[in-house]
Amino acid sequence: MSIDNIPHADHDIDSFTGVSTTGHAWDGIKELNNPLPRWWLWTFYITIVWAIGYCFAYPSIPLINGATTGFLGWHSRSAVVQSLDALQASRGALMQKLAATPLDQIEKQPELLNFARAAGAAAFANNCAPCHGAGAQGSPGYPNLNANRWLWGGHLDQIYQTILHGVRSGDPKGHQGSMPDFGKAGILTKPQIEQVANYVRSLSGLKTETGIDVAAGGKIFATTCAPCHGKDAKGNTTIGSANLTTKVWLYGSSLQTIENGVTNGHGGVMPYWGGRLDPTTIKALAVFVHTLGGGQ
Amino acid sequence: MSMMSKHAILEKNVILLAVAAVLAVAIGGLVEIVPLFYVKGTIEKVGSIRPYTPLELEGRDIYVREGCYLCHSQMIRPLRDEVERYGHYSLAAESMYDHPFQWGSKRIGPDLARVGGKYSDDWQRQHLKSPRSVVPESIMPRFGFLFHTPLDTSDIVAKLKVQRLLGTPYTQTDIDDAQKDITTQDTDNADGAADLAKRYPGATSRDYAGVANKLTEADALIAYLQMLGTEVNFKTYDDKANIR
Repeated sequence: MSIDNIPHADHDIDSFTGVSTTGHAWDGIKELNNPLPRWWLWTFYITIVWAIGYCFAYPSIPLINGATTGFLGWHSRSAVVQSLDALQASRGALMQKLAATPLDQIEKQPELLNFARAAGAAAFANNCAPCHGAGAQGSPGYPNLNANRWLWGGHLDQIYQTILHGVRSGDPKGHQGSMPDFGKAGILTKPQIEQVANYVRSLSGLKTETGIDVAAGGKIFATTCAPCHGKDAKGNTTIGSANLTTKVWLYGSSLQTIENGVTNGHGGVMPYWGGRLDPTTIKALAVFVHTLGGGQ
Repeated sequence: MSMMSKHAILEKNVILLAVAAVLAVAIGGLVEIVPLFYVKGTIEKVGSIRPYTPLELEGRDIYVREGCYLCHSQMIRPLRDEVERYGHYSLAAESMYDHPFQWGSKRIGPDLARVGGKYSDDWQRQHLKSPRSVVPESIMPRFGFLFHTPLDTSDIVAKLKVQRLLGTPYTQTDIDDAQKDITTQDTDNADGAADLAKRYPGATSRDYAGVANKLTEADALIAYLQMLGTEVNFKTYDDKANIR
């Protein structure tokens, strides 16, 4: 076996193809010395030229104090800022108008309303849908936003504030307070909880268990629950207490769910989006949610 | 011709070939890797980055053990669509105490670099137990078993010491109090919460997994998830300062 792979005058010419061989031979098999295809070779040369140009155009060669910056002045961080600016520009005048328009004026302008709803829908899909559902239909513990029942108020500015500061979110301006654990804390006994749960079901016309003193449940409600939920059980949006007279249930309407809630309390958390989203996006979200199906 | 016959010496001597190969690769390493350690553009000091608390570190180990990195990256690249979806692009400093880092290279699930605080603890619990109950299109496996697997903290002191060996600035107090810190951070209204937050700024103490009186693997994992990407305040962070 020969290592010497340089074509040589004295290397054999393959009789079948007429091409000279490289001189490599294995067990009598000889390697032909065909030239590289021209198109391949030229592509190869062009890539070398391209690479040299690229090294000068873009940041590339590390030196003592830093890498060469390249004559195009490209930088990944300024590039992303530029592309985000371009994105803002492509959204154009409407985005600026949305940023500049007071919240309560947006819905009066059809074009701006459409724009805000589209921007809001996109932000909703990314940030809100994981909890509230893709169609804002909610799930146990996460409010349905189509139903026009609002724990913390359904006016546009109330929705905006809720998104901005969240609920029990750790933001000092967020909505605070939660439903106490009446059972765990020993304020109500198990039979009392059964009574009051049946009473709560009766408020929205749901069936109550036979043999339970629903009226006694009403009395317990008046002293224990009414301070937050109101005497008429219609809730209070300033403290986020639920309206218990409707057929919209945050955690579910089964007796077991209600008893569980009274026993262990409730205190769902909504993050504060002010730390994550810009004010214009929150505006768009507020308009989107406000026009979903409810909105006061 | 003569050059090529010298090449034959290399090819016929396996030890010489190995030495030459190592030399050739080492040049590549010197040129590509070494500058990263001194070129200013790659080293950015961000003051607010702190080491993981012992509970978060345990959570991180569970993250690694369960192979979360196989589907979730922790690296928001400076590209428009990523910044639009996930938030500010990741800074190198944000993974300075990750040994090893969890940047990942697969995004079967979403990037998690800034997932901290994006969802409530309740959501994290429900999502770990039953991902499809909150995200119907999810293909993530269920991790309900984490909620009834007690967290094994027996080697946390050793883990912190190893981290310190690797350059994470844990103090002697951090190491001595590691066990206590874990209990503190997983308790609502814990007595030591203020002390913990003093040593680990921004660390919050609460019952993460909501399993009464029990320290589970889910507690550690949720504590870890809820702090991811929350250490830098991007309202005061100066993007342009690092363009150099």
